[in-house]
Amino acid sequence: MAEAAHQYDETMPLEYRTEESRLNILGFWIFLGAEVVLFATLFATYLVLFQRTGSGPTTSDLFEIKDVMIETLLLLTSSFTCGLAVFEMRRRRLSGLLTWLLVTLLLGAGFITFEIREFIHYVHEGATIQTSAFLSSFFVLVGTHGAHVSLGICWMILIIIQLLQRGFTPRTARKVFIVSLYWHFLDVVWIFIFTLVYLTGMVM
Amino acid sequence: MKWSEFFVTGEPLIYAADVAIVLTVIGIVFVLTYFKKWKWLWDEWLTTVDHKKIGVMYIISAVLMLFRGGVDALLMRAQLTAPNMKFLNSEHYNEIFTTHGTIMILFMAMPFIIGLMNIVVPLQIGARDVAYPYLNALSFWLFFVGAMLFNISFVIGGSPNAGWTSYFPLAGNEFSPGVGNNYYAVALQISGIGTLMTGINFLVTILKMRAPGMTLMRMPMFTWTILITCVLIIFAFPVLTVALALMTFDRLFDTQFFTMANGGMSMLWANLFWIWGHPEVYIVILPSFGIFSEVVSTFARKRLFGYKAMVYSIVGIAFLSFIVWVHHFFTMGAGAAVNSVFSITTMAIAVPTGVKIFNWLFTLRKGKIRFTTAMLWSLAFIPNFVIGGVTGVMLAMAAADYQYHNSYFLIAHFHYVLIAGTVFACFAGLHYWYPKMFGHILNERLGKWTFWLFMIGFNICFFPMYFLGLMGMTRRMYTYSEGLGWTPLNVVASVGAVLMGIGFIVLCYNIYYSARYGERDMTGDPWDGRTLEWATSSPVAHYNFAITPEVKDLDAYWEMKKSGKGFEIDEEKLKPIHMPSNSGRPFLISIAFFFAGFGLVFKWFWLAIIATIFIALGLILRSFDDDDGYYISVDEIKRTERLSGKGA
Amino acid sequence: MGANHHHETFPWKHIVGFILSLVLTFIALWVALSSGWTIKAILGVIVTLAVLQAALQLFMFMHMTESDSGRVQTINMLYSFFIAVVVVAGSIWVMWFVL
Repeated sequence: MAEAAHQYDETMPLEYRTEESRLNILGFWIFLGAEVVLFATLFATYLVLFQRTGSGPTTSDLFEIKDVMIETLLLLTSSFTCGLAVFEMRRRRLSGLLTWLLVTLLLGAGFITFEIREFIHYVHEGATIQTSAFLSSFFVLVGTHGAHVSLGICWMILIIIQLLQRGFTPRTARKVFIVSLYWHFLDVVWIFIFTLVYLTGMVM
Repeated sequence: MKWSEFFVTGEPLIYAADVAIVLTVIGIVFVLTYFKKWKWLWDEWLTTVDHKKIGVMYIISAVLMLFRGGVDALLMRAQLTAPNMKFLNSEHYNEIFTTHGTIMILFMAMPFIIGLMNIVVPLQIGARDVAYPYLNALSFWLFFVGAMLFNISFVIGGSPNAGWTSYFPLAGNEFSPGVGNNYYAVALQISGIGTLMTGINFLVTILKMRAPGMTLMRMPMFTWTILITCVLIIFAFPVLTVALALMTFDRLFDTQFFTMANGGMSMLWANLFWIWGHPEVYIVILPSFGIFSEVVSTFARKRLFGYKAMVYSIVGIAFLSFIVWVHHFFTMGAGAAVNSVFSITTMAIAVPTGVKIFNWLFTLRKGKIRFTTAMLWSLAFIPNFVIGGVTGVMLAMAAADYQYHNSYFLIAHFHYVLIAGTVFACFAGLHYWYPKMFGHILNERLGKWTFWLFMIGFNICFFPMYFLGLMGMTRRMYTYSEGLGWTPLNVVASVGAVLMGIGFIVLCYNIYYSARYGERDMTGDPWDGRTLEWATSSPVAHYNFAITPEVKDLDAYWEMKKSGKGFEIDEEKLKPIHMPSNSGRPFLISIAFFFAGFGLVFKWFWLAIIATIFIALGLILRSFDDDDGYYISVDEIKRTERLSGKGA
Repeated sequence: MGANHHHETFPWKHIVGFILSLVLTFIALWVALSSGWTIKAILGVIVTLAVLQAALQLFMFMHMTESDSGRVQTINMLYSFFIAVVVVAGSIWVMWFVL
């Protein structure tokens, strides 16, 4: 690493001030590029398989718009509050940052709760991951997204602890920014799940 | 599970391997203990985050895997030398061609290339290290435990046996019960994660850490090829990640992705596998083009001809390599429209590759050529690779492919591309950059012996296979009957394989011989090189450059030498250098990955869960770690530079 | 550069982005369930709306173009979407003969 690792540039937001932070943020963007392809492959699998339901239920048998909309609104709002958290960070208001992160985290937890309820409901109706190619690909696509959200919640908790311990430093600021990128990205993925899985499933 | 099922039993070859493994482990433990080297091993290697040492470990692993894959190859040739051989039974033969292919591509070619890029790229761009040294160590150890997990399969639980492509339904539970194919899915997954992180790491390194003055169009060609390779890794490996995950789900949790009932679609596996698989081919061949470019231009003492055309053609490959994958399964039945489109894109991708061949030829033209070992490999590459490439274009014609498909013609084609391309490049790069790694030169005389034995052996082994293919011999058949007329050519091929094996042994002896008696490289620039890595001492100081070089031209170090100054280190300008701290955590996290993987292979979920908790713990500790590294003082830099003869 | 954020005291950009994303979501919902259009038209419109909303997140919430790596970040995302389209559309097209 270059000597520049500890030089500060006062004109930039805190999260961009060190060379190390700039490298990490760029690296995370590129990782998100890889995540796009990862989810694209899951979507490809789902879209090839979703009408192959075997003897199991079809998309229109299962999906219920009310649950899906609750999940969608929870996650959309959490993406918004996560953006507010970064906004507060750039104004250097620690309490505002912590509050919005907490709200984001709770909304995320709400999303996960509803998703788990949805999955349990399907399983009770006899639609398990082993039932058909459609359901295998559905559970793995939506489940991978859900696992990402759960991981994001754990990650945010770690960062909140570090913020409480250390306050604003270039390092904590960078971590908040990166987790916010991750969180917004998960919302992007959900938009496509909402469109290509649920809406499409109810149309076709 | 009974012990007799846990360990593979029944084959004398396996028992011999068991004994060899136990003896090797005992031997290593004894040597380390006797010479009191445990602490050295831990401090210098297991915890290192130095890109050069990580590169060396990659290459050592790759050479070990070349041995393993080579033994597999020789066993196959032994079985096929004569008709109706009883040396290997069909099941054992299936396992051996599976492990041969998987190991050679993923655990030999990839790490060899990644090893060279670890050592060379930061030096070529004038950087102190990579962007994320800690992550780099984690990448290596994940690759390493993935490779080890894959390799123990043949003594514990049984090897995968569905081919390196592991097509469904063959690779599913129905036709492949047992744990062999679980190893394939899990081990490739673990090392694949490491590879993906390497891709991100080097992409950021190349984009953000170049020395001042080194614009994109002044980057050495090897660095350019690595840049594009990283792009391919980043956007292709997630597809493999998903495909392997789905395979794992199908095998462990009875999902229905690739099954024969309940809507499963076995052909989807082939589709996903090759969406990754074709870029993968370019992941191992593009860096090879980079190595040949460096070697040819150095030993022809000329600037690379058509640098820009070369750059544009590799950038073109970054796009084209993602839209040709169907040519691996033209015979699946996707129809004329699909096959035609992919046939055309496949032929199109031959164009940028052809451009590069002319670049090398014109670089050689009127050059003052020195026939070093590295140069011999590079010169041999051109005609041999062209044979592989031209037969590749033959295979690209969808209609004709129905004849060639899955025959030895195909086997000959991809060995001509992968051996003459990637393996020759690895050997050329090894000879070329060896002084940078170890401070001495690999013996040229022995090197040339290896070259001639291996190169001639390679042609004797694989050229007949084109004809065997045209005569109707299909791949993966474990034996054939008399009277088909295949015997003479098979005997010839086996002779060639043995010659290649001897060449490999000479190479290993050369490594030992050169370490003891080899010529020390005192100048740091034994080949009169052109790029920045030759401005450092050999072996390279762990901070690489005492002061960051300024780049004014494409061949940066050549230009410095031309202007009569070389790379001078003005002691007045020295500043303390910031370095990352070593860490044992990447190694320990990877060990946890190994156990998690092992647990999944045997469906011992308790083990997988416990190991995953350890992985999570490692990541959490990393998150709370605020080690900022350390500084090397100016005095220490002066001392190091004077010792190496570079300082004033 | 995101430096100008220092001067803002009210998160207008975020609120506009949030409202737009809600609007896009509900339009998609209406198109899918109540418009009565043909399936092809519905799919075309809702996928377009999803792409718009994704772009909204990238620009308004994720500040994709900011910092000295903005260009690399943008190229990276465009390229990943290119690969995503190739993988999704390509797989469907190639596997069409068994669908």
